[in-house]
Amino acid sequence: MPSDVPSPPSVSILPLEARAVSLEAGGKRLIKDLNFTLEAAKSTIVLGPNGAGKSLLLRLCHGLLKPSAGEIVWRGTRGRDPTPYQAMVFQRPVMLRRSVAANIDYALALRKVPRAQRRNLIEDALHRTGLEHFARHPARVLSIGEQQRLALARAWALTPEVLFLDEPTASLDPNATHVIEQVIAAFDAAGTKIIMTTHDLGQARRLADEIVFLHQGRALEISTADDFFAGPIDASAQAFLRGELLWRTPDP
Amino acid sequence: MTDIGGALGAAFSMIVHFDRDLAEIVGLSLRVSLSAVFLATVIGMPLGAALALFRFPGRAAVVVLLNALMGLPPVVVGLIVYLLLSRTGPFGVMGLLFTPTAMIIAQVLLVVPIVAALTRQVAEDLWAEYEEQLRSLGAGSGQALVALLWDGRFILMTAVLAGFGRASAEVGGVMIVGGNIDHVTRVMTTAIALEVSKGNLALALGLGIVLIVLSTAISLAAYQIKEATLRRHAI
Repeated sequence: MPSDVPSPPSVSILPLEARAVSLEAGGKRLIKDLNFTLEAAKSTIVLGPNGAGKSLLLRLCHGLLKPSAGEIVWRGTRGRDPTPYQAMVFQRPVMLRRSVAANIDYALALRKVPRAQRRNLIEDALHRTGLEHFARHPARVLSIGEQQRLALARAWALTPEVLFLDEPTASLDPNATHVIEQVIAAFDAAGTKIIMTTHDLGQARRLADEIVFLHQGRALEISTADDFFAGPIDASAQAFLRGELLWRTPDP
Repeated sequence: MTDIGGALGAAFSMIVHFDRDLAEIVGLSLRVSLSAVFLATVIGMPLGAALALFRFPGRAAVVVLLNALMGLPPVVVGLIVYLLLSRTGPFGVMGLLFTPTAMIIAQVLLVVPIVAALTRQVAEDLWAEYEEQLRSLGAGSGQALVALLWDGRFILMTAVLAGFGRASAEVGGVMIVGGNIDHVTRVMTTAIALEVSKGNLALALGLGIVLIVLSTAISLAAYQIKEATLRRHAI
């Protein structure tokens, strides 16, 4: 069904290019000299230990933070504002104090989607995420897993060309994580470019086409997922993959 | 003790016999204070939310000033409005002095700082939670302001209630700009002050009891609406 698939704009805003991007705050350099180009149709997973700067990197790309130096360039915009072509899902879902359906409706209203079209988009998004029975529930009484599904549903309704996800399953149990990953896969199948952070290696293996390995604010390795998991070149990345470093506490 | 017993008797008999003068006084009190609170809400809430949203030079000073104005003495506000509205004042030609409109103006000035300061607090907390998501969705400042007020509306009822409490309890402002004219500008608090000065302590206390019962009833209704909705939305 055509309405099931977000239709990408005829001309993509991608590729996304970071040109010598740095971010400083409180006298510390949190992101150091990032240079990369992210193309369409590949899921990019930003991998790295806690505190590596993964969330900052996503916020810089999405435009929530301004780089202290360098620039983020959407090479395909052709003068268009890139904001409406993007959506972001945060680690802790931000739910408006409204019903489930109204949370999606609000996002669509901000994008100036005519009221007549919103109902179908909302229904489709709720159906995609298995939330159709919750449409009239207040969003904040949902479980965290359901709230994260609603955050994804809200993004789905916006049919973004690029979807940023900041550790979307960090606070979820395996069941909820599985559902979230399925929805992310559906975005990918629909042609949405995924740019997502995680420190979960298994999740990275399941979802990634391309890995950006970040450590202490630097992108130490950027490669295809196959190459990365076959054996990264960078020493920290190798150690991270082996789970040897102190920041990855072994499971008891 | 006899005064208090007499006061209760007076209050009871005023209510039971539905004293026409009392009804008029209560009606005007409610009209003035509710109008003032409504106008102060319309002015104060966007002001408070804007202070939460926007960073500008001198913002801290405005916030401190607003907090200080919450304790503005009603008599002083009354005096200022009196000077503005008196025959020789800048708005004297409008002939508003000693009318209910003048009383509403004085109370609006008293209530705006309360509503704005409390709204700023609520909106700031909410903005801390919403900011990234709303910016991600592409909300402009005006749209964000509306969303903050709408999503904070149940918590913000507290601000409105605080404003109503101040308006209905104050006597200095309405006394000076209203003049406590019988059948024209006499409200509950000015009537109480008058009866006390005449030595009718029982009647004054009776009026006081009616005032307290009224404001308690309004608070209770608002509290129940607020609690029910807060529970429903798990805020």
